[in-house]
Amino acid sequence: MVEILLDATVRAGTPILFATLGAILNERAGIINLGIEGLMLIGALAGFAGTFYSGSSLIGILAAFAVTFVVGSIHALITVQLRGNQIVSGLALTMFGIGVTALFGREMVGQTIGGLERLPIPGLSQLPIVGRAFFQQDLLIYTSFALVFLLWFFLYRTRTGLALRTVGENPAAADTCGISVSLYRFLAVTTGAGLVGIGGAYLSLAMTPMWIENMSAGRGWIAVALVIFSGWSSGKAMFGAYLFGGITAMQLRFQAIGTDISTHILQMLPYVFTILVLVVSTIRLQKGSSQQPQGLGLPYDREDRK
Amino acid sequence: MPELLQIENIRKTFPGVVALDDVSFSVAPGEIHTLLGENGAGKSTLMNVFTGLYHPDSGRMYLNGEPVHFTSPRDSLSRGIGMVHQHFMLVPAHSVFENILLALDKVRQVYDRKHYQQKMQKLIDTFGLDLDLDTEVWKLSIGAQQWIELIKLLLRDCRLLILDEPTAVLTPQETERLFKVLRLLQEQGKSIIFISHKMREVMEISDRVTVLKKGRSIATLERGHFNRETLAGLMIGRDRIPEWQRNMQMSEKIILDIKNLSVRNDRGLADLDDFSLQLKEGEILGIAGVAGNGQKALAEALTGLKEVSKGQIFAGLVDITHSTARSSYISGIAHIPEDRKSIGIAPDLDVADNLIMKSFKNSFFRRGIFQNRSAIRHNAEEKISRFAIKSGPEGSPVRYLSGGNIQKVIIARELSEQPRVLVALYPTRGLDIGSAEYIHKVIVDGAGRGMSTILIAEDLDELLKLSDRIAVMFRGKLVGYVNPRQTTREEIGLMMSGEKQDQQP
Repeated sequence: MVEILLDATVRAGTPILFATLGAILNERAGIINLGIEGLMLIGALAGFAGTFYSGSSLIGILAAFAVTFVVGSIHALITVQLRGNQIVSGLALTMFGIGVTALFGREMVGQTIGGLERLPIPGLSQLPIVGRAFFQQDLLIYTSFALVFLLWFFLYRTRTGLALRTVGENPAAADTCGISVSLYRFLAVTTGAGLVGIGGAYLSLAMTPMWIENMSAGRGWIAVALVIFSGWSSGKAMFGAYLFGGITAMQLRFQAIGTDISTHILQMLPYVFTILVLVVSTIRLQKGSSQQPQGLGLPYDREDRK
Repeated sequence: MPELLQIENIRKTFPGVVALDDVSFSVAPGEIHTLLGENGAGKSTLMNVFTGLYHPDSGRMYLNGEPVHFTSPRDSLSRGIGMVHQHFMLVPAHSVFENILLALDKVRQVYDRKHYQQKMQKLIDTFGLDLDLDTEVWKLSIGAQQWIELIKLLLRDCRLLILDEPTAVLTPQETERLFKVLRLLQEQGKSIIFISHKMREVMEISDRVTVLKKGRSIATLERGHFNRETLAGLMIGRDRIPEWQRNMQMSEKIILDIKNLSVRNDRGLADLDDFSLQLKEGEILGIAGVAGNGQKALAEALTGLKEVSKGQIFAGLVDITHSTARSSYISGIAHIPEDRKSIGIAPDLDVADNLIMKSFKNSFFRRGIFQNRSAIRHNAEEKISRFAIKSGPEGSPVRYLSGGNIQKVIIARELSEQPRVLVALYPTRGLDIGSAEYIHKVIVDGAGRGMSTILIAEDLDELLKLSDRIAVMFRGKLVGYVNPRQTTREEIGLMMSGEKQDQQP
């Protein structure tokens, strides 16, 4: 019972984890991305279509990354090169994603693919309780574990990571150190978008191996909230994503058992949780213990005399 | 002597402003060359041209006799030109180590932490500094932050160091230490471009002085050919320095009594800690202290921008710490804030709108629920001429004005309602002599009319000149009062570093 619940938790949390890590990468460079929801949908469709036409999930995943990388460059172009409003551009990206996937996804509705297989790790997968949840999973989940560590390592232990964080905190300081603010921001936005796309692909390749219109169902917005909750750190993002996954798993379990509580109420729980998360993290932000990059949301113009 | 860096006929314009007009300048190896000029004379712009942050519209630049063309700070840094900006280019949330590392060249992708720590520590020890590499920068004093900036440049082997008003944030003792380091660097053959408003320092450290005025370089003088008077004359030119008479009569009536005040900052630490102060009617009370020792919190607590966590503020006999009396009383306190562009004004509104920000609800400026534009315009015209504000074309945003004129806009607004108390936080910071003198005159004239002023400043000469009493702050506490006519700079300097507790005069 606990094993199954834990397994469902990890699987439900993974797409959000990818999306949150991608968004953290964006915001660490100082760019807010409210297009996560749209990017997830695009990733889900690209991943599904790639797998469907090629017959290989791996190609599907790469397609999801590549397509969202390119779509992310629209947001990068507007916010970094043209110094446009990040909020508006992100919202537009979400609406674009919803619309464009509905349009091009019509052919994919009702199609089936193999989906990602579970790859048990010999030995570890037999561990009690945690074995099934953490060592009998598919390729993407293992990737996500590695990514949590890699993102932390990148940000805190490499020169480029330090430069990226500086770009997000104080772009003028980065500029005077000879760091190209726009290049860093551009690549952080596009690469982050690619990660979000993989999160989307997880929905259509592993969770429910099919394409359903608007299948991200608000998970992108939850990722946006989790970025704040996590204090822009990948470890806490994992915790937050699994917390959300756990609530999703539990409400599904409740539905399966059959309770008197309306399924609508149960399905609401993860979103209620998101609101609570936002309230708590906002209070923390106001207390000043935040890790929010100081340059977040501000376009950088070298010659701006403010 | 062959010049290290030489520029000729540099011109740089911003929309609607000629910031630099035909400027020529040079610096020789091992020379300390001071750049002097009013704010708005183009010093900062010129510096940014040297570092490649701004691209000049025309003109030539030579490094070691070779023509160079910098397109970004990366270019100038790689050629050995480094700058300590007036607003430090540090990341407060990062550690000292991370801040310095970022500035270094050729750091491997996955770097050897130990190696670089040792390298930095060596330099820190050479100069006898007290810096912990793992501390986050926001926890450090401004003086310490400046050392980080300098270390960054030295580790990159810069040949030319540009220091933009480095002493503005230092105690006299710290300034001495900086000068010692600068002379050491000079002996090593490094060139230094030094910017300062403080004549005493310019006289002490410069080999050559170049005076900038209104975007032009008007004179370059060698050591021995300049003194305070000639420099001041060149800087200000024909602009008249306002004259004022100090009225030394002071009443003993206490109009503001601060008792054991504590204020916490955004991070929950104490900015003011058990701080007490008494302000008498008609006095100018100077507050001395190194920036970051609670002066800002004091001003913000008095003007209602910050909540008081402990202690009381009395106005006469009325407790205004928390009561509803606070807001109405506070509206009677004039405030010249520290950061004039972000707090003092609404940068994108014009002068007329900025001038009525405190009084737009007056029936005088209204017709029912609508603004009375002609009254607002008349008010602006009157203030502009009375305070001699160079305001540019009507309706243009205030942020295009020079610092001195922005400050005049703030003063015109704050003082027009005859306040009883003025809280002035670094009112002349970054201003030229002419504007600074004007502000001194306004404060002294106000005192003559019975207005009490809390003057928080970093220039000791300014405090000694204006104040009736000087209170010294250190780490959020009052160290003591001194009488400006019976004290020395050294005594105040020691108190500013928390070392000496003086008796109350």
